[in-house]
Amino acid sequence: MESNGHAVSCREVKKHYGEGETRIDALRGVDFDARFGELSFLVGPSGCGKTTLLCVIAGLLDRTGGDLTVLGERPDDLSDAERVLFRRKNLGFVFQQYNLLPALTAAENVSVPLLAAEVPRKEALDRAKALLSRLGLEKRIQALPSKLSGGQQQRVALARALVHEPRIIVCDEPTAALDHATGETVMELLASNAVQPDRAVIVVTHDSRVFHHADSIARMDDGRIVEVTRAIGSFPPEITQVAAPFQKEAAL
Amino acid sequence: MNFVALRMLTGDRAKYFGLVFAIAFCTFLLENQTSIFANILRRTASQILDVTDAEVWVMDPQTEYWDQTKALKDTDLTRVRGVAGVGWAVRLFKGNPVARTSSGKFGASLIIGLDDATLAGAPRKMLLGSWDRLREPDSVVIDKAGYILLFPKQPLQLDRTLQMNDHLVRIVGISDASAPFLSLPIMHTRYSEAINFVGHERTELSFIIARPAPGVTPKELTARIEKQTGLRARTTKEFLWDCVGYYLRNTGIPVNFGITIIVGLVVGTVVAGQTFYLFTVDNLKQFGALKAIGVTNLRLTGMILLQAFSVGALGFALGTGMAASFFELTLHKLATRGIVLMWQCVGITGACIFFVVIVASILSIRRVLVLEPATVFQG
Repeated sequence: MESNGHAVSCREVKKHYGEGETRIDALRGVDFDARFGELSFLVGPSGCGKTTLLCVIAGLLDRTGGDLTVLGERPDDLSDAERVLFRRKNLGFVFQQYNLLPALTAAENVSVPLLAAEVPRKEALDRAKALLSRLGLEKRIQALPSKLSGGQQQRVALARALVHEPRIIVCDEPTAALDHATGETVMELLASNAVQPDRAVIVVTHDSRVFHHADSIARMDDGRIVEVTRAIGSFPPEITQVAAPFQKEAAL
Repeated sequence: MNFVALRMLTGDRAKYFGLVFAIAFCTFLLENQTSIFANILRRTASQILDVTDAEVWVMDPQTEYWDQTKALKDTDLTRVRGVAGVGWAVRLFKGNPVARTSSGKFGASLIIGLDDATLAGAPRKMLLGSWDRLREPDSVVIDKAGYILLFPKQPLQLDRTLQMNDHLVRIVGISDASAPFLSLPIMHTRYSEAINFVGHERTELSFIIARPAPGVTPKELTARIEKQTGLRARTTKEFLWDCVGYYLRNTGIPVNFGITIIVGLVVGTVVAGQTFYLFTVDNLKQFGALKAIGVTNLRLTGMILLQAFSVGALGFALGTGMAASFFELTLHKLATRGIVLMWQCVGITGACIFFVVIVASILSIRRVLVLEPATVFQG
């Protein structure tokens, strides 16, 4: 619930793909909270369920068990159309491969969430340009994605996630396709522009070089959260383990 | 979001032009082949349509089309004139004499003998000379194409002579008669002259052409003539379709053109439809991103329809332009004169393209609607 400072609250969330012999349990009962004003990292090895959890939180996938609350709403209570509108209004996305529309300029790409919300085109473009300038891309506003570097494309993607001022931003491996220095720049921009008291930012990553930006790190393995650590104090953060050590299913 | 849809469409120039060209080519092929087919079939009845004075044709009961005639008796004209509702009725002769020029060039021709008194049935457009000069003895009006066939590379000139059945015939006019099915010179003369140019037979009356009296429709008149005389009577339109039907049933033209049209339709449909469908499939990641961002299925459907119809409209317009240009270029050639882009063919082709666009859109929309936006997170 929003009142306790949690933008997202997962309790025993489960998700499986397929049935019978082909069934894959991607989430095996996840407890996870993302707080307002924080950068929450979901980390873990490939295939551990990070992206699936992110998709469930974003309403892109239906969970198959457990309880989920996003901004005080239970996605189950919403119709498909309401979920799309909820997502459009409250969520911003940053993808690993940027997923910018190649035919649109940087400013036009950033304006897409506003256009989807029926904001007039001129106003949408003005807001997009202003945000791109804030992110240091004022000279690349009219550039097509193909003319931008990876770091610039990710900054455009970040602007697209921010432009409609959503209350939750989900980022899937935002630095995976970038070199360390560029990734660091993107994370700094994310931390300085996205993190606000009334907004939660959830970042899925396995890039340990950017962990120091996190306010909390939930480590996943085999479809479960196995460890949650919270950063306390200023950089470099002091990492405090707050969750019980992971007990592997095989050891039970 | 409309501009986003259009920019997605035009962003990849190669794919975009491929799509437009596929539809334009399909349009061109369909309009071109259907128009040529329709115009060639129309040529089987050119001389019927050239007779604008009459609305009813009377012929032997066994006559099926223009080129198949069995002469009527002269008394049949009197019988037809005696039918109530006939405004007027006159004779029309059709024969195929061999015309020979003074230089020795010769060729089979089509001669049409008009009623001596009224000259009813003559084509309206004269390029040189006048119909009145047909009243001179041994005179003919020849069509321009026929003139060029008999007098190649020579200027259009009156008073040249032709020999037909030992008669020296003078050209007193050059008309713009419609091209016949076969490329024969078309000559018009008076009925009494025509039968001399061909050679006398016992009976020579090919057709009786008539016009109903005021208040009587051509259809009513044909029914009355058939009932009263036992002859076959057709309206101009019915006779036109008799000719077209005969050639459709008894020649390889429809099969030949039909195959081309079907191949054009299938190839064009498959190429255009598949290209557009693949365009959508190639852009699934982008559509997935839009879905994740919160663009509704209704809006995505609208975007795909806009893309499909804009590319369809542009391709159709280009293809129609290409077809129109083709016919404009060939319109003035001797062999293809009078063959035009028919609006009916444009309409039919438009319907086909619309169908292609709809099918491709439905397949594309279905693909996008079932797309899980979560796929956008998959690497």
